[in-house]
Amino acid sequence: MSLIERAHLDADIRTAEPRPAFAVLSVNEHPAAWIVAVLLLIMPLIANGFFLIEIFGQTLILGIIALSLMFLAGYGGMVSLMQLTVAGFAGYMVAVFGVSGNANISLGWPWWLAMPVALVLATLFGTLGGALAVRTEGIYTIMITLAIGAAFFYFTNQNWAIFNGHTGINTVATPHFWGIDWRADIPFYYLTLAIAALCYFAVLYLSRAPFGLALQGVRDNPRRMAALGFNVNAHRVAAYALAAFIAALGGVLQVWDYHQISPGSVAVERCIDILIIAVVGGITRPVGPFIGAFIFVMLRTFALDFLVKIGLDGNRFRLLIGIGFLVIVFWSSDGVVGLYERWRRSGKPAATHPRGGGGHG
Amino acid sequence: MTRFIERHPAWALIILIAVALLAWLVFAVWPPALEDAIGRKKIFLNALFNGVTLGGLYFLVASGFTLIFGLMRNVNLAHGSLYLFGGYVGYGISAATGSWILSFVVAFIAVALVGVLLQVLVFRRMEGQDLRQTMVTIGLSIVFADLMLWAVGGDFYQVQTPSWLVGPIELPLMTAVKSSGEAVYLQYPLVRLVIFAASVVIGVAMWLALNRTRIGMMVRAGVDDRDILAATGVRIQLVFVLVFALGAGLAGIAGVVGGTFQSISPGEDTRFLLASLVVVIVGGMGSIPGAALGALIIGLAEQLGSVYIPTYAIVVTFLIMVVVLALRPQGLLARR
Repeated sequence: MSLIERAHLDADIRTAEPRPAFAVLSVNEHPAAWIVAVLLLIMPLIANGFFLIEIFGQTLILGIIALSLMFLAGYGGMVSLMQLTVAGFAGYMVAVFGVSGNANISLGWPWWLAMPVALVLATLFGTLGGALAVRTEGIYTIMITLAIGAAFFYFTNQNWAIFNGHTGINTVATPHFWGIDWRADIPFYYLTLAIAALCYFAVLYLSRAPFGLALQGVRDNPRRMAALGFNVNAHRVAAYALAAFIAALGGVLQVWDYHQISPGSVAVERCIDILIIAVVGGITRPVGPFIGAFIFVMLRTFALDFLVKIGLDGNRFRLLIGIGFLVIVFWSSDGVVGLYERWRRSGKPAATHPRGGGGHG
Repeated sequence: MTRFIERHPAWALIILIAVALLAWLVFAVWPPALEDAIGRKKIFLNALFNGVTLGGLYFLVASGFTLIFGLMRNVNLAHGSLYLFGGYVGYGISAATGSWILSFVVAFIAVALVGVLLQVLVFRRMEGQDLRQTMVTIGLSIVFADLMLWAVGGDFYQVQTPSWLVGPIELPLMTAVKSSGEAVYLQYPLVRLVIFAASVVIGVAMWLALNRTRIGMMVRAGVDDRDILAATGVRIQLVFVLVFALGAGLAGIAGVVGGTFQSISPGEDTRFLLASLVVVIVGGMGSIPGAALGALIIGLAEQLGSVYIPTYAIVVTFLIMVVVLALRPQGLLARR
């Protein structure tokens, strides 16, 4: 627990000072946040198709899935490795219920029916997995959710009736309505951005809502919360349900982005990638997963060229990721966000920024 | 045993009936009606033996995992990497020297050394921080997997079975009776039986070492309360290093066994990590008998499942885990 606890101790010291309810929205307070927001909004003017979808689209999608892990780990103290599995399940459900190239499997429902069904089923799946995971505590959670994720991966590999074995489901149809092809680069970018922003602000809001506060109480001292009359397990399962919904949104976007889904998309390594993204970015704030996702996607895309350029084997991208992750876990309990804040605090005397907390939240 | 029967008479009866049924299935000649219903006895016996011997392999991997967890509260998610590393080392030694036995010894020592280095250089520095240790093991497993892929490539390797273990052996178990009245006996690969026997010996030796020796006493005391143990003057860091070395070394041996049974390739690390996770969740974290029982259950479920319900073999394994978590979250044989 100590990684989370220690990071939270830092965060609590910062957030302990009173802050206005809408501090997030003031321009003077958070110039960086506003610059980032504007940049994201006008991104299609700056970036072309490749950067727009492969870098920023992927960052936002992976960020959404990692955000669901951040919500569970940061506010609930439950490190779940099955968030990508939930996302993959949603993606599979979109492919199974919707239209795809595998006509013998897909039911061919229109997207406005297939997508909600997929979201509901994936949320159910995540909630059931969560209900299983909350039966044990702390460090066991990571093992059980990893086992669930791995079991789902092997199941999709073996099952041909629904999941079409290791070839997966290809050429999944994407929605067209209001005369717009929502998978065209610019509309898809804005769709992803809108959903990412929604999830981000929803998590931000929940962290201060009674439910989120109770959840953080459960994280810090479950016995005391139980003594106060809170149903500890119900709060945990509800957190799993919400995280599953967020992850499912990410999963639907993911399958629309790639047009296909296969067991490779839900492999154990992918599940662990999500954990890496969240931890590298920082699991105490909702902005962390997006920063982590950006770093991860940049590394994944450009590490090959970079490694070749400095005379190393380009295939060692995962080695780079692994070492980076180890470095972060060793030296910063709060990921890149924590490093940034430490740097900011050391750079300025404490009096010049009375509100303390930087970043977005 | 008698206490168990007194406390759970219904369960004792169910287990007794199941054991009797299993014994009948193994020793009796099956009536034609049964063969029509679920297939030939030979297939069943083969699946059963495969399951039990696979359980032996799972036990070797999971016992090290559960030992390390029990004493140090360290969920070592790099355990699968240690398994794979042991397999590669064993393959290298057996290919270079031609000695199968030597490959076990070298794999044990090499992987145990890696374990010692991990404990001394990494985990000692973050003692008592469960989650951080687990994260570090995840990072290490990624780094190890990529380093091994770099070093040996993505090919499949199989450790050569020594000539004196090659080939099947006839077991005194009738599978069918020919029309001439002659009995047909089961043929089974000798090497799997030998390895199973060896894993039983290792398991019993571990149990004896834990329960009958001074070091074992320290380890058990450390599982219960390591702070008090340290306060009584035991050099607990030494015990930690020894246990980590033993657990890692067992994973290395298991790697050679897995390389002989099946094959070793990238991806096997995840497979065996999952297997050990499920085994210890089912059996109970930190318990050696639990690991044995869990390994047996999972091995049998996997093999019988893949014969009788091929597409859902994984689901059976997973369902067992779900049922155990629902009924007895701490695992079947955990003491809590």
